[in-house]
Amino acid sequence: MEKPLTQHIVPGRKPLNLKEYEKVGGYQSVRKVLKEMAPQEVQTLVKDSNLKGRGGAGFNTGLKWSFVPMGPEAAQPKYLVANADEMEPGTFKDRLLLEGNPHQLIEGMIVAAYAIQASISFVFLRWAYKLAAREITQAIQEAYAAGYLGKNILGSGFDLEMHLHTGVGRYMCGEETALLNALEGKRANPRAKPPFPQVSGLFGKPTIVNNVETLCNLPHIVNNGAEWFKKLGLTEDAGTKLYGVSGRVKKPGCWELPMGTTIREILEEHAGGMQDGYLFRGLLPGGASTDFLVEEHLDLPMDYPSIQAAGSRMGTGTMIILDDQTCPVGFTLNLQHFFAQESCGFCTPCREGLPWVEKILLAIDKGEGKPEHLLTLDFHTKYLGPGNTFCALAPGAMEPLQSALKYFREDFERHIHEHHCPWSKSKVWQPSI
Amino acid sequence: MLTTEEKHQIDHEISLVPSPKNACIEALKVVQQNHGWVSDESLKDVADYVGMSTAELDSVATFYNLIFRRPVGRHVILLCDSISCYVMGYEDIKEQLFNKLSTQYGQTTADGRFTLLPNCCLGTCDCAPALMIDNDLYRNLTVDQLDEILSKYT
Repeated sequence: MEKPLTQHIVPGRKPLNLKEYEKVGGYQSVRKVLKEMAPQEVQTLVKDSNLKGRGGAGFNTGLKWSFVPMGPEAAQPKYLVANADEMEPGTFKDRLLLEGNPHQLIEGMIVAAYAIQASISFVFLRWAYKLAAREITQAIQEAYAAGYLGKNILGSGFDLEMHLHTGVGRYMCGEETALLNALEGKRANPRAKPPFPQVSGLFGKPTIVNNVETLCNLPHIVNNGAEWFKKLGLTEDAGTKLYGVSGRVKKPGCWELPMGTTIREILEEHAGGMQDGYLFRGLLPGGASTDFLVEEHLDLPMDYPSIQAAGSRMGTGTMIILDDQTCPVGFTLNLQHFFAQESCGFCTPCREGLPWVEKILLAIDKGEGKPEHLLTLDFHTKYLGPGNTFCALAPGAMEPLQSALKYFREDFERHIHEHHCPWSKSKVWQPSI
Repeated sequence: MLTTEEKHQIDHEISLVPSPKNACIEALKVVQQNHGWVSDESLKDVADYVGMSTAELDSVATFYNLIFRRPVGRHVILLCDSISCYVMGYEDIKEQLFNKLSTQYGQTTADGRFTLLPNCCLGTCDCAPALMIDNDLYRNLTVDQLDEILSKYT
């Protein structure tokens, strides 16, 4: 089984330095695109490979690039940003790539920057990833020293600067337009679209924001071609995917597997199945903002269309397991507390609605719930849903809520009828400040 | 007053962006690195230096949870309270920390050693529960490890 993204990553070992990375074929794709390919050809190659954004949205990466104005008339400078602000609860896949092989990310970023003719690039890294920050800083220095970054890269006439920017918190920074505001030294509120960042992004210039895993795929697509990449996937989606599992399984972790591997294989073969004494009840397939899936969905392939057809989203591909000894109301309350806290407060439905949802769930979990509370929650799943808020944060928050109300409604009702949490008569989860 | 060294670091950040204002978060980070937090005086110094009003800069500073606008202890404990750590029982860790430090979230111990804060997902969910103290990450936590971990920080 080919594992292009993680083939040179050995957990616990220092990542390859530049010389070692070059020895295993590193930076070949930079030589190839700079010497043999026009920027448009790189865009077409990536579009044809059917690489979809690995940050969660699943949009065709080459297509996303194609909206960037090209040619001598285009506004300058153009920017490329690597979104390394991994903050979706339950998600820990980009950490593996950032800590394990920083040169692969830099190589992918050079390819992407060349494809859109960007001359300045940023890695927007989450503050908590301290080890990654050290490794990336060192790798960027090595890449400058070797002439892969800076002016006139490998004598091609192409220039690219690269800077590491570490954030100072807030989930909102993962949303690409909010991330751009954060990079500009502003509050990380999302921006109105249009204009899209491709046309007017960082400092008002054409900008592409791509997820770390997306960027790390690019060297391999350039080296091996679009057809090779498509064949890596087991279903209509192309490539490999970093899948992760956390919760009460025997071997939680993160693995690079062919796109479209079934949920059951990931859970049972790679994560080792449920811990002894715990039964499976459901899972969030791709982070906190995705709808629950249950037993009947376990044989689905983990790819974008299959998970969407089941009423959820593949999101980041890192699953969180709900077991039979964890209260579904407490689980949902924990998620809604997170979203209420992380709302930027810019638009009213999100700012006011999410704390209301959290308050109701806390009342239900404490045994103070009323039957009409479930209707109020149902109503929120509609009114905070897609199209009613300024960005995707509140609709994302409603995904696990609406599916919890669908699959675990009896558990919500039991809390209300029995006036206590059946999972813990004395202890209810208290949201943090 | 910003020190010469602070100004030097801030100037470097300003050189990377079109306008000094764009470097304001980096400037706040520089000050916090040296003082542990951003006081009203420091906020005004930074605002003057990058050409913003204090109100505008404070609106940015208070948006981000890791810019501290109140004094913190010598070490800051960030305990993950997000979903995977919830499932894996971080609440036992929380209760033990509350007891051992005689403090609640948002407070600093009487000896000024630790400030305890809840934090959302630290991105190490396969090794939950997890916490960070300053730049150090601790994973697969159990309550009996806490004394040893805390003893490393004076």
